[in-house]
Amino acid sequence: MAIDLKNKVFSGYRRENGRVGVRNHVIILPVDDLSNAAAEATANHIKGAMALPHPYGRLQFGADLDLHFRTLIGTGSNPNVAAVVVIGIEEQWTQKVVDGIAATGKPVVGFGIELHGDIDTVARASRAAKDFVQHASSLVREERPIHDLWVSTKCGESDTTSGLAGNPTVGNAFDKLYEQGLTLVFGETTEITGGERMVANRCRTPEIAEQFMAMFNRYQDLINRHKTSDLSDSQPTKGNIAGGLTTIEEKALGNIQKIGRKCVVDGVLDKAESPTGPGLWFMDSSSAAAEMVTLVAAAGFVVHTFPTGQCNVIGNPILPVIKLCGNPRTVRTMKEHIDLDVSGILRREMNLDQAGDNLLDVIFQTANGRLTSAEVLGHREFVFTRLYESA
Amino acid sequence: MEKIHFVVHDEGDSVGVIVVEDVKAQDMLSGWIMDQDKIVNFKALNDIPIGHKLAIKALANGATVIKYGVDIGRTVAPIQVGEHLHVHNVKTKRW
Repeated sequence: MAIDLKNKVFSGYRRENGRVGVRNHVIILPVDDLSNAAAEATANHIKGAMALPHPYGRLQFGADLDLHFRTLIGTGSNPNVAAVVVIGIEEQWTQKVVDGIAATGKPVVGFGIELHGDIDTVARASRAAKDFVQHASSLVREERPIHDLWVSTKCGESDTTSGLAGNPTVGNAFDKLYEQGLTLVFGETTEITGGERMVANRCRTPEIAEQFMAMFNRYQDLINRHKTSDLSDSQPTKGNIAGGLTTIEEKALGNIQKIGRKCVVDGVLDKAESPTGPGLWFMDSSSAAAEMVTLVAAAGFVVHTFPTGQCNVIGNPILPVIKLCGNPRTVRTMKEHIDLDVSGILRREMNLDQAGDNLLDVIFQTANGRLTSAEVLGHREFVFTRLYESA
Repeated sequence: MEKIHFVVHDEGDSVGVIVVEDVKAQDMLSGWIMDQDKIVNFKALNDIPIGHKLAIKALANGATVIKYGVDIGRTVAPIQVGEHLHVHNVKTKRW
């Protein structure tokens, strides 16, 4: 029985700026590496608050610093987050992150460590976090049309079953969601190598195709500038090769099955940049799973679909990551990580249309509040993309 | 429905993907060509792990390998029908 998507609704948290989240996190967000200790101490005794430690934020400059702030502010602004406590070593940069998140209208406050020390900072941050958690716990989900959902995709530790089953299942679901006016994103610039013309041909206008090709070519130049071999040791990864993928072209052609057969690429995004309207967007991004998922979370996506073959175990602190897999051996050996088994496609027990509907079911269950395997297993990979060395 | 051992995306492809565990050399294999919904049969020449590919067309050294109807690389050794096709006999044309 096909799902009636036109009248489908989900229950989410409507935020001050009109965006709708599917989680209700209160996060303690360090601006820099030095503030991780205070952030973790705060989250440790305020139940219901979550610290997001990371290793960066000092002496970055230019576009790399812009991306750092965009990632922090975007993460705090994501509608899966109810309220944010920001902690930084310095008052000024802390305030910059607070101001960026405050533009959404959600509760946010910041604390600088200098002139206070960790203990006083943790005390002040804890009082704020306590109020925020109680505020968040009083919010209730409301029914929303599904076009309020922003859904991202990125595959990982792929094998040949990814291109046969997992990725085309996402593609089938994306084709159906695209028709309903959802906001969708894919990326992984290097993992389109060999299929770049196919993606360019799917762009809505020649201008968008040109923007996409400029991003693709820039990344190819970067690889060619730094490579010491043909990259067959890292792209495909050892896991990809163990899973049967032989070349980057083969991996890429499997990868782009995720954008289905009907979706059109409506625009391109810089890293962690938010889309300006519904449709399918391409984000120029690394293919490393935690980096890419962190970037789409910072861009405002609220549910992530992650097809895998050999099983990358990734999660994200604020973005629920749904894993689907078509490799029967992986489904058997790593089953606690897999939210949807699509190996039946390879036994001809189900077709792509049925698998796509099964994935839509899992997406809506997740949106309504059911925790993904990665959430329950505590996977909170929060990994910044760096553009170059610090000053 | 007949049990299948490998899947081919398109009948123009040079390769199929093994989708069952424990394929041994000399096993007779049934394959499903998805796009044309056809069944084909080949003998495996090697033990081939799940997820790995077998050639379904004979390929000379330096030939282009086709999967999804598209170029996925070049052979660096001649490959027979039914032979295990992977990083030892196929390389990228990129990078």
